[in-house]
Amino acid sequence: MKRNLFWLAIALLAAAVYFGLLVTIGDQYLHADLSLGLPVVARTLVAFLGGLAAIVILLIADDFSNLSRPKALGIAGVVFLLIGSYFGLFVAPPEQFMGETQRIMYVHVPTAWFALVAMTLAFAAAVVFLFGGDHDWDARMEASIEVGVVLAFLLCCQGAIWAKPTWGVWWDWDPRLTTTAVLLFAFLGILALRKFVDDPHRRAMWSAVATIIAYVDVPIVYFSVKWWNSLHQQQSNPNTVSKPFWIPLRANAFGILLLMTAFIMLRARISALRLKHELAPPPPLDDAELGEAI
Amino acid sequence: MATSADVDAKNLARRYGRRWALADVSFTLAGGAVLMVAGPNGSGKSTLLRTLSTAVRPDGGSARIGGFDVVREREDVRKLVALLSHASYLYDSLTAKQNLAVVADHLGRSRANIDALLDRVALGRRADDTVATFSAGMRKRLSFARVLLQEPRVAMLDEPYGQLDPEGFVLVEDVVRELKAGGTTVIIATHQLARASAIADEAMLLEAGRVAWRGKASEVPQR
Amino acid sequence: MLIAALRKELLLQWRSRAQFMAVFVFGAAALLLFSFAVGPVAEMLRQFSAGFLWLGLLLSSTLTLAESFHAEMENRALEGLLLLPANPRALYYGKAIANWLQLTLLGIALVPVMVILYDAGTTRVGSLIVVIALGTAGLSAPGTLYAAMTAQVRSKQTLLPLLLFPLIVPALLASVKATSLIILGDPMNQSSAWIILLVAFDAIYWSLCGLLFGRVVEE
Repeated sequence: MKRNLFWLAIALLAAAVYFGLLVTIGDQYLHADLSLGLPVVARTLVAFLGGLAAIVILLIADDFSNLSRPKALGIAGVVFLLIGSYFGLFVAPPEQFMGETQRIMYVHVPTAWFALVAMTLAFAAAVVFLFGGDHDWDARMEASIEVGVVLAFLLCCQGAIWAKPTWGVWWDWDPRLTTTAVLLFAFLGILALRKFVDDPHRRAMWSAVATIIAYVDVPIVYFSVKWWNSLHQQQSNPNTVSKPFWIPLRANAFGILLLMTAFIMLRARISALRLKHELAPPPPLDDAELGEAI
Repeated sequence: MATSADVDAKNLARRYGRRWALADVSFTLAGGAVLMVAGPNGSGKSTLLRTLSTAVRPDGGSARIGGFDVVREREDVRKLVALLSHASYLYDSLTAKQNLAVVADHLGRSRANIDALLDRVALGRRADDTVATFSAGMRKRLSFARVLLQEPRVAMLDEPYGQLDPEGFVLVEDVVRELKAGGTTVIIATHQLARASAIADEAMLLEAGRVAWRGKASEVPQR
Repeated sequence: MLIAALRKELLLQWRSRAQFMAVFVFGAAALLLFSFAVGPVAEMLRQFSAGFLWLGLLLSSTLTLAESFHAEMENRALEGLLLLPANPRALYYGKAIANWLQLTLLGIALVPVMVILYDAGTTRVGSLIVVIALGTAGLSAPGTLYAAMTAQVRSKQTLLPLLLFPLIVPALLASVKATSLIILGDPMNQSSAWIILLVAFDAIYWSLCGLLFGRVVEE
């Protein structure tokens, strides 16, 4: 049963990444027409929800007993990242307007996508915990938040590295990047909150509530920053890439997705083991001991 | 006035961090009875009362109050139970009268008999002073008035004698007899074995979160 | 139920009105200090006045919000009310409305300070009060929920702003822009877009936080 779920998830992952996500990315950032005749919004939704569903099924399939699956996913992820980086750094030609700087897009774009996917996963896990009360989902939520925070942090660093040579400043107040930064702080706050609550039930409940509240904020932050920014200055988005070169982008997207999934599975496993310890039933006390106590 | 078991706990357990404050407690109590719960510090008396009154959720086992489950039918249990807790549940910046008025408002009752209640616990003359100026014993008296205002079917009194003067002891005993006469089931957690066993029907001794002895209040083993 | 809760909150706030004065003085002092960051350039100060007003209000709000749960926690009064039983949702809305009223009053009280220090006067007083009310509503809805959480943990002073500040970025942004447009003039009538954003933010968080509050205060 769990084995079937695992392969179903892998198939869903592949389909989502191939048909949706990268087509959209290719279209938006590389001006390559890989649209398959679908409008952008539909493709984005298919890709996003497909990828998310895949990871959720993967997490359900993971009964925390089998270490080989996350390991295999992680190794595959590293291999994909190596391939992507090789093509992105050495094979792909430099871009005509931005030159070598543009190469960061090959990791920046996939990181952006999967940071949001990880946060969405945390939100989904929070909702499942709030309604079901199953502490395994608390473990998955914690894992997703942590991995999401790492990705968001990487994204902010990449954004700064990109902005300095391109715009001459470290931070260009791009709505997507700014939203990620706000999210980074919001989720760091939730991780901090978790450290200060000892009771596992309360900790899970509060962080689930805080995760839901923070996640609902994402679109509002995005639009407010977008309006705020557009009323000040009009800046072109980094999508003026003329030559389509999809191999590094696609390989890196697969790599980050697989690596992220592996990390979430492993991290959830650690959390679940800790919780199991914290939620253990009372130790049996034999009658002799009880008699002595009186 | 229930005749069947009013309080029914099965394998009740509750932990704080790594420590099991309540490991395994099962007992039943008939409606209208007065139960004394005794045991050394940390034996789980307070935790038992807090679990039964739904202030904390149990980590294991189950309990029913008046037929309602303390986890699944929490709201119904709360309508039946009043808890006299270690914490006074009072607002320091409000007066005695205002504190009771807040409770009456939230219960949807009239504020009419607040003055009578304050007289009942001998706080009539301090009714309009803020709780911040009260001594520990006076706070306890006001908490008692709070319990009486709730008109509970099951009253849980955690250390009712604590911080009270001898007159207060008499007040506690009068109040318990009054509650019992009105058909209220009473559970008293206390160290005052001699005093409490005089007003209690039944007794239970706790030890390390488990029931060590259960029987008639008049037959409590002397240590 | 809600009326009982609101009555209690207003009574508690009235009893601790000295605290309101202290928070006001803190906010006014913050406004004074902000101007040192810019220097005595009247035109620049006027430009930034709306931002300073809202930052001052935001910093003061953490004090107000944290304080609103102090009385509930010192003798576990909140637990006492929940055991009556009182409806947690009513308790939440009672407290959130009371905090909202107090923060709105605080905002209105800080306006004259802003006008004097930054020369940022306006004749559209009505719109300014509406924006302040909407903005503080955005602060108090999630703020009351988070204050309920952080009041029960160690190092509460750090956690409340840590959780609250990233969350209210849209409300802060919209309030600052709307206030700024009111003060500096709004020829293209852009402020309505920001007010709509504020209303949307308030609607989302006033409903969502009310739904979730029960999970925060109950075990």
